[in-house]
Amino acid sequence: MVSAFKNALTSGKFVVTSEVAPPKGTNLDKMAHHIELLKDKVDAMNVTDHQSSVMRFPSLGGALLVKEMGGEPILQMTCRDRNRMALEADLLFASQRGINNVLCLTGDAVMFGDHKEAKGVFDLDSSQLVAAIRRLEKGEDLGGNKLDGNVSFCAGAIVTPEANPLEPQLIKFEKKIEAGAEFIQTQAVYDLDNFKGFMDYARQFPVKILAGIILLTSAPMARFMNKNVAGVNVPQELIDEMASAPKGRALSKGIEIAGRMIKRVREEKMCDGVHIMAIGKEEVVPEIMAAAGLD
Amino acid sequence: MIRSITQQKPEEELDQLLEGLGRIFIIGCGTCVTLTQTGGGPEIAKMKEKLSQKGKMITGDVVVPVACDNLTRDALDEYGGRIDQADVLLIMTCAFGVQTIARQIKKMVVPALDTLFIGKETSLGEFNEICTQCGTCILGETGGICPVTSCHKGLVNGPCGGTNNGKCEIDKDKECAWTLIYNRLNELNRLDAMRKLQKPRNHQGELSPGKWRLKLETRNP
Ligand code: SF4
Ligand code: SF4
Repeated sequence: MVSAFKNALTSGKFVVTSEVAPPKGTNLDKMAHHIELLKDKVDAMNVTDHQSSVMRFPSLGGALLVKEMGGEPILQMTCRDRNRMALEADLLFASQRGINNVLCLTGDAVMFGDHKEAKGVFDLDSSQLVAAIRRLEKGEDLGGNKLDGNVSFCAGAIVTPEANPLEPQLIKFEKKIEAGAEFIQTQAVYDLDNFKGFMDYARQFPVKILAGIILLTSAPMARFMNKNVAGVNVPQELIDEMASAPKGRALSKGIEIAGRMIKRVREEKMCDGVHIMAIGKEEVVPEIMAAAGLD
Repeated sequence: MIRSITQQKPEEELDQLLEGLGRIFIIGCGTCVTLTQTGGGPEIAKMKEKLSQKGKMITGDVVVPVACDNLTRDALDEYGGRIDQADVLLIMTCAFGVQTIARQIKKMVVPALDTLFIGKETSLGEFNEICTQCGTCILGETGGICPVTSCHKGLVNGPCGGTNNGKCEIDKDKECAWTLIYNRLNELNRLDAMRKLQKPRNHQGELSPGKWRLKLETRNP
């Protein structure tokens, strides 16, 4: 069955995805609230997988919740915590439960998270996970054994358009597409002129690209990202603009900026859509979309 | 030359390991741990002083030439009496030395060091881990730089998204292996090697624990 998200990607419309984060524990109320808010607004919702190596309720469980609530989940899967057998098994389960969109990630190093002495697995990498999905679809697992029952996925991966150095990152990007990635959600982009340059290159590949938009919540947060998040570059003008917001209005300023950027991406047809990340502030995604003229 | 790279165990852990053991014989090594200044003469002298202050009796000490060599037994023979008097051998060598000595002498051993990796002195006083003996060498596709070892995640298809200014996401003192590999292959005009989608690695090349025997017919007379 073709997933609703895949249909959206191929329809030619401007696609909007967002994300929800499973909780630390079993209380799903807040996550359910975010799903409720977003499920009819966005084309699909990523469910993060132990983001930043912090142990949480599993992305598979979160994706099931999205599905049960009538939303369209994109299951994020990192290669950090599971070997190829466990990844394949989870893919079989996901498919059997109607979770048909997967975002393949390598995963952050273990040491960033809250289980600092755990073993990092990395049996596969992101491009090999995409390839594994394509192989399962052909009815065969990574051991070369036949599967009983079919699976079908819309598989994607990520790229960091502002990576430094850029060339090795682009080689990996091309390998992900060769492995069978159908969509790419980018790391946050802020300098849209740079992003246009990236798209001039990326457009030659048969893949849908959703520009990553991370909501700025304050000037210090923007500076923090510049300093600590690889491949994220918030230009000084945007930091100044955030800093110019009156006290208590920084978040609205961030929403305005995100909305403005999305609007420009859409109007100039830079790429196929956007992936909105409002880390910890998922409830304002509808406002961002309104500011972008997307409602 | 490859070296065994070590660092001293935290004092607290050592105190715990030596709890209730009053008489100690200390063994260092004249090779790798002397080079890394973790188990040579000066380090043993310091350890003796520290342990004496804690009320331990040092029955003797020695720096053997190469602790991991089977000849270590002979080197220790002349200390037989002092070793006999000790409750425990405190061994300031890498874990190869610790295991070699433990096999030769019937005594409890306590390692004073943690063995970090087998590495190479790449510049004066700097040691890097460059091979983890994985059993399925892929250096032929990476321009001679090992991503299994030098990339924190052992990735074989290019960098992760954490690479930053050519450094690894875990430590800005460590190079990103994939920047190094890219630069090397670029220099050699062989980026095609990096463009090849590598299949998942074989992690069972040699089933751990490794064991290998010289075939009799190939043995020199
Ligand atoms: S691939 Fe790396 S770890 Fe494996 S044998 Fe070759 S150099 Fe050593
Ligand atoms: S930053 Fe480079 S070396 Fe570090 S884990 Fe990522 S790819 Fe490997």
